[in-house]
Amino acid sequence: MDNVTLDMVCVPSDNIVAREIEGELIIVPLIAGIGDTDDELYTVNDTGKAIWQKLDGQRTLAQVAAALVQEFSSPAEEIIADVLGFTSEMTRRGFLNATG
Amino acid sequence: MDGLMTYAKRLKPHEYKIWQRKRPLLGQLDIELTERCNNNCIHCCINLPEDDAAARSREMDTAFVKDILTQAADLGCLTVRFTGGEPLLREDLTELYEFARRLGMHVILFTNARLITPELAALLARIPPGRVVEVSVYGMCPESYDRVAGRKGAFVEFRRGIALLLQHNVPFIVKGPMLAFLKHELAELETWAQTIPRMDQPPGYSMNFDLRSRRDDPAKNARIAKLRATPEETVAMMSRNPLYLRDMKQFCRKFMRPPGDKLFSCGAGHGTCIDAYGKAQMCMGLRDPERVVDLHKVTVKSALKESFPRLREARTTNPEYLARCAQCFLKGLCEQCPAKSWMEHGTLDTPIEYLCGVAHAQALYLGLITENEKAWEVDNWRERIELFSQRQNT
Repeated sequence: MDNVTLDMVCVPSDNIVAREIEGELIIVPLIAGIGDTDDELYTVNDTGKAIWQKLDGQRTLAQVAAALVQEFSSPAEEIIADVLGFTSEMTRRGFLNATG
Repeated sequence: MDGLMTYAKRLKPHEYKIWQRKRPLLGQLDIELTERCNNNCIHCCINLPEDDAAARSREMDTAFVKDILTQAADLGCLTVRFTGGEPLLREDLTELYEFARRLGMHVILFTNARLITPELAALLARIPPGRVVEVSVYGMCPESYDRVAGRKGAFVEFRRGIALLLQHNVPFIVKGPMLAFLKHELAELETWAQTIPRMDQPPGYSMNFDLRSRRDDPAKNARIAKLRATPEETVAMMSRNPLYLRDMKQFCRKFMRPPGDKLFSCGAGHGTCIDAYGKAQMCMGLRDPERVVDLHKVTVKSALKESFPRLREARTTNPEYLARCAQCFLKGLCEQCPAKSWMEHGTLDTPIEYLCGVAHAQALYLGLITENEKAWEVDNWRERIELFSQRQNT
């Protein structure tokens, strides 16, 4: 799905395993076809990690962005752009499922 | 898969440089799921008969293995290697495989491929292991394969397993023992290996076979010793690799120096190998009962953080070792280590003449020593390594 919008809810796909190890968020593809080859891992940067941790399958992306605005000093527009950018990227990869 | 990524970074196994802050306590876990094997290979250091009921009854049960995997995942472990014996003899292999993958671990599976079923191949295709399956090859025709494996019909089953892996596009590589009577099949093996999609280099060969790692069978030990490649044959095999000299220059500069009296200058104990019965070993080879930790009594974390660091402090007082190995700059090139010493002699610090000979033959070939020179008597070893590393590759 390329068009992620703020009224959507995102949840990690069953086709991956997300692990937090020593402060790093690692995404391990589980099912064939997730990832470019079957031996890859992915690390997510700090921005992505902060967003990922808010994706509880309940909150819309607008609510996720609002929660992050409370936590971080960056401008709200920047945070919203990151939430949409990150979830689009992860959804396109098959790491997240977006509904709504 | 499309496009560059802004928020995530893709990592291949050889570039798992993930850790910005701190490395996890456990990077890779080895688990020997059984010591039993459906082959009875003439050179093997560990195999028990597949129908050995006593061994089977002592093996870790499914729940115990799952608990170890869970502990390992909690410690940050990203890769588990399932080995044996033949791990596919375990009826719960697919359950353990899927459990490990769903914990977010990659799985390295060591197998002879004889027990690969269509169902297992389909599972490995649907949920890829994340690392290549490593298949041992014991010959390119029924006569030689069955002779090495000690089982009539083994070759046919092995080829059937290989066909299933290929049919399901399961990534695998092949490797094998370099036995004298298999040498005439080497070219055929290497030609065939080139047709296997994931084989980007020739098969790896074992040739300096370990003796029985439980010290359980003197008769088999005598046979294994006779099957080992001579030091000169070892050098001849190694130097077939066109990159051997280049690689050795880098290796020697980095890793060769006298080890002194500290026995564990290797990585033993920084990771662990769990044996089939739930004992945590410091490495895959060291089964000395005095130096294993029972995971029925302590956790994997405790073994790694408390037991192994203590065991790693061991120092030798053996005068022979102190006079030879402790002073020898071929450490790094030489496979002498506490595990191999225990297999050969039942102690951690007895020089192994065979391995010493192999290391000296390599050093002679590389020009690091002269004929009949003993490396532990060489004072100017730093200069020799420097000269070697600056030499043109000819």
